[in-house]
Amino acid sequence: MSHRVIVPIGPYHPLQDEPEFFQLYVEGEKVVDIDIFIGYNHRGIEKLSESKHYDQVAFLVERICGICSSSHPYAYVLAVEDILGQEKNVVPKRALYIRTIIDELQRIHSHLLWLGLAGHFIGYNTVWMWAWKYREPVLDMFEMITGNRNNYAMFKVGGVRRDIKDEDIPILKKALDDLVPALDMFKGAVMDDPVIQARLKGVGILTKKQAIDWCVLGPTARASGVNIDVRRDEPYGACDLINWNVIVEKDGDIFAKTVVRILEMYESVSMIRQCLDKMPKGEIDADVKDIPPGEGIGRVEAPRGECFHYVKSDGTNRPVRHKIRAPSFMNVASNKVAAVGQTISDATITLAAVDPCYCCTERVAVIKKSDNKKILNGWDLIKLSQEKTAKLKQQMGIND
Amino acid sequence: MNVRDRIKEELGSKISYWQETNSKRIYFTIDKKDIFKTVEFMFKKLGLRFAIASGINTPSGFEILYHFSYDKAGEVYSVRVLIEEKNNPEIDSISSIFPGADWIEREMWELLGINFKGHPNLKHLLLSEDWPEGEYPLRRKNES
Repeated sequence: MSHRVIVPIGPYHPLQDEPEFFQLYVEGEKVVDIDIFIGYNHRGIEKLSESKHYDQVAFLVERICGICSSSHPYAYVLAVEDILGQEKNVVPKRALYIRTIIDELQRIHSHLLWLGLAGHFIGYNTVWMWAWKYREPVLDMFEMITGNRNNYAMFKVGGVRRDIKDEDIPILKKALDDLVPALDMFKGAVMDDPVIQARLKGVGILTKKQAIDWCVLGPTARASGVNIDVRRDEPYGACDLINWNVIVEKDGDIFAKTVVRILEMYESVSMIRQCLDKMPKGEIDADVKDIPPGEGIGRVEAPRGECFHYVKSDGTNRPVRHKIRAPSFMNVASNKVAAVGQTISDATITLAAVDPCYCCTERVAVIKKSDNKKILNGWDLIKLSQEKTAKLKQQMGIND
Repeated sequence: MNVRDRIKEELGSKISYWQETNSKRIYFTIDKKDIFKTVEFMFKKLGLRFAIASGINTPSGFEILYHFSYDKAGEVYSVRVLIEEKNNPEIDSISSIFPGADWIEREMWELLGINFKGHPNLKHLLLSEDWPEGEYPLRRKNES
């Protein structure tokens, strides 16, 4: 039997917003098993939520994640509105459109962020710089609408907190128009590049059966042929008032996950345009006063998958129980099957493919079980991944 | 036959309470000894997606809701189980039916102190390994 070494990845790095700790068991070059440790960022928000009143909880859950910081408050207000009656019966129509605009803008910025990181891990640093460059105008749009680049504070039970000004709409549309050529460029850069195809196709495969058994969500599930999307299945906001498509791929590898995310950005651009056109005039807040006793469930398709909130009310001004399930909770666990059998140079990109707010790889160190001697550090592992791409390029006769 | 009717037909008298808070939200209560069979039926036979489970400490003991999503119709079926035991609650583990339930059972075990019988790997998930034994953050103290 070959010598088995443990490769710890994580848990902390200044870049990442979700510390996770992967322990890879490696024989030779091959990953044979993986242990996943989470909890480094456990802040007890579910417990804290029980001590805040309904208005405050929206701000609290916004701080769960800085990247999908509109999904959590949205799912939470949907859960509370589920107690009051459904969203459509409670919230004014204009607010529904504004909610969808915020939700889709967030999807674009999150997918661009992932695309940049994924590019970096396989040695395409130009993709990284480009993706983050074109993410900036999206954040500017956020700043224009909400006043904040992140943590938008837009959602409240019964509506939204800020209106979109009429004079801003042409500027927003211009920004969306400018974004499309950038997306075209990424689509071409990824889908037509033989090296990226060779590097990502057939790597980190999650089969449809595995995707169902591990209950994965969002782009991770849709890339494996599982046709789920909360926006279509249980429409919220203006999702059922406009036209758009759910992107599904069959292969389940990292290439399919990349394609799903790139094509989804086009759909989001189209959704925001339609919302800006169709948005009626009127109120943006229903001014909800009391929450009756009962229990409600709110679901939102976050960039990474279904975000699930359960709220139980006893008629007071604070929730009795607030259960939060972020999509990464299900997706990260599936690495147990996706990463096993890969080579160690593919491990970084495989673990990154579910988009788990991931940059922890930079703290990787290979340690021999027997003498705890450090052989590789995190940067070496990314270099391994990038060298593999360079080697592929050389074999194919492509020069930078 | 729709999913509602199939659940009612299969589980029949095992369901002690059926509640639909609106057209998309269905809650029903079963006895805790039936949980394994019920989840197996809903996941394997009906092909529902397991969204999550949520536990709560009630005055008389514990309550677990297993939320299943029927994505074709956008409905959520929540199976409610009551555990009338204040100090040493336990229930059958469902993680042998599908691995996606593994983490949430570990989470409920450490936060609420519910023992999942037959769970292969019941160890800390969110809390630190040296968390004091018998301290469960989501249990309510001194409530009569």
